Amino acid sequence: MLEKVFETELAVGEHLAVRRNRLEPEGGWKKRITLVSGIHGDELEGQYICYEVVRRIKENSRFLTGCVDVYPALNPMGIDMAHRTMPKIGMDLNRMFPGKEKGSMTDRLTAAIVDSIIGSDICIDLHASDIFVREIPQVRLAEEFAEELLPYARWTNVDMIWMNATATVHESTLAHSLNLMGIPTLVIEMGQGENINRSYGDQVVDGIFRVMQEMGIWQGPVADTREPAVSSDGEVEFIRSDVDGVFLPQAEHDHYVHSGDLIGEVVDPFEGTVKRQIYAKRGGLLFTLRAYPVVYEGDLLARILAQ
Amino acid sequence: MHVEEICRLHSTYREDMRVMGYCFGKGDKSACIVGAMRGNEIQQMYICSQLVRALTELENNGCVSAGKSVLVIPVVNAYSVNTGNRFFGVKDVDINRSFPGNDFGEPVSRLADALLSRIGEYSFGIQLASFYMQGEFVPHVRMMETGYQNTSLANLFGLPYAVVRRPLPIDTATLNYNWQDAETCAFSLYTNCTDRIDENTARQGVAAILRFLTRMGIIRYESHSGYISHVLYESDLSDVYAGRGGIFRGQVKAGEDVRYGMELAQIIDPFDGRIRERITAPTDGIVFFAHTESLVNESDVAYRLIHRLHE
Repeated sequence: MLEKVFETELAVGEHLAVRRNRLEPEGGWKKRITLVSGIHGDELEGQYICYEVVRRIKENSRFLTGCVDVYPALNPMGIDMAHRTMPKIGMDLNRMFPGKEKGSMTDRLTAAIVDSIIGSDICIDLHASDIFVREIPQVRLAEEFAEELLPYARWTNVDMIWMNATATVHESTLAHSLNLMGIPTLVIEMGQGENINRSYGDQVVDGIFRVMQEMGIWQGPVADTREPAVSSDGEVEFIRSDVDGVFLPQAEHDHYVHSGDLIGEVVDPFEGTVKRQIYAKRGGLLFTLRAYPVVYEGDLLARILAQ
Repeated sequence: MHVEEICRLHSTYREDMRVMGYCFGKGDKSACIVGAMRGNEIQQMYICSQLVRALTELENNGCVSAGKSVLVIPVVNAYSVNTGNRFFGVKDVDINRSFPGNDFGEPVSRLADALLSRIGEYSFGIQLASFYMQGEFVPHVRMMETGYQNTSLANLFGLPYAVVRRPLPIDTATLNYNWQDAETCAFSLYTNCTDRIDENTARQGVAAILRFLTRMGIIRYESHSGYISHVLYESDLSDVYAGRGGIFRGQVKAGEDVRYGMELAQIIDPFDGRIRERITAPTDGIVFFAHTESLVNESDVAYRLIHRLHE
């Protein structure tokens, strides 16, 4: 059943509405899972995952024993415009939580989202990478909630669990706010901005059904899920460019590299010269690789999960 | 006066972005003033340019105190000014949400780190800042409640108001917050606009900074005494929200005295011209912020009032 959890009138002939699809078994339910996506409008991987989860549930609704709330678009205008932030005000919605009921439009929007999720037994916040780097499916956890969240994260069929990674899991995000309220919330990140990698999407969808099965929300068959690598920041090698130029990758994303392998080159298109050759200092899984070619000094080129 | 390069950023396709500082006097690092950190902060850049002009004249007349020095950085983010973007680069990053930064991370983190390393040692820091909401403010000095804030010193600008803001997590990455963290006594100075130049309030801004520098003994400058600032906490302002979306027809301006029940604005239906809502004052007070855009969404802040204060 499609429901609006928030609606507000825009200036000219339109409402900003956040909608969810609530899927319920006929005989009532005890457990509830919430899937949210599209908080950043340029991250579209979650669109396929929402579609596929709803499709599979509708196709085999007899197996559903709990409530599944699916929110494909927390920032609907952002998705429509492929803007990471809230169009017009340019603020990152995922830095505005938990919001407040009597406040500005974004305060009310974020408060209404949180209010509608309260009561869930688990929430999964689906992100893509930005347009600049490509990522393998991974759960990102803030260390303060890691103990509670790790068991859930292991069911999600991601390749990697990264503890205390980025601002994605930090204060004033949806995930942090919900975790503080006692609603276990996982942030899953994968793929690349403005794209859908269907293979990664299917992998994560299988994981979501495993989570649902473990929590008594789904009684149907689920695919075998993999055991993810669990990593803290110390095991991740960041490779950044120390010059500006155009980055040409040589290594394959989502593959293992050895220490000394060539990751890519930063070239000068005017001079026809290679400014830097970028080598791996440690062997391991190349789980992040730059996709957007133009770089400044300091831009991220790759991340390796050391073996 | 001498000009020095604070930091620079290389681009393959453009001339380097050089952040330039204008230095006056010799001696203690007394005061640093920072202008446009966002690409649309034209008024902020203009105020700094006029300040450089005024300080040049004062220095030539021997009016910078011995043993004191002042640094003015009119523009941090020239790239975005020239492309007409508020934030930096293709990643659209807000430099004023990137502090303290670091010297090993993203380009903007490195820029923030290089800037703060250079300006963090000044005793007083003044940022010409702008707010994300488009509208008019009463000129004021703002400071974060970090425990280091000093409202008595904020008074010395002689602006009508000094506002203290309790920082939210998002504020902890601003220059003002991190300047205070570096034990610089930091102020943000707001005039009434951002992406256009308002000569009157720009002059008021320049005068306020020169007044402050004079009162701190950094320069000698004869100026009007200004106001004895009214100190208020941002949380004490009364927000007045639009109850409908539509065309915004504001009827009062920032700084005006309003009475309970007085009509502040009308919201007009953009299709048939009917009045959808009349926004009235929920309290007596002075308009601290006024929405000035032609359009408004439901729940946008139309006005912020200083509760029960009169002219």
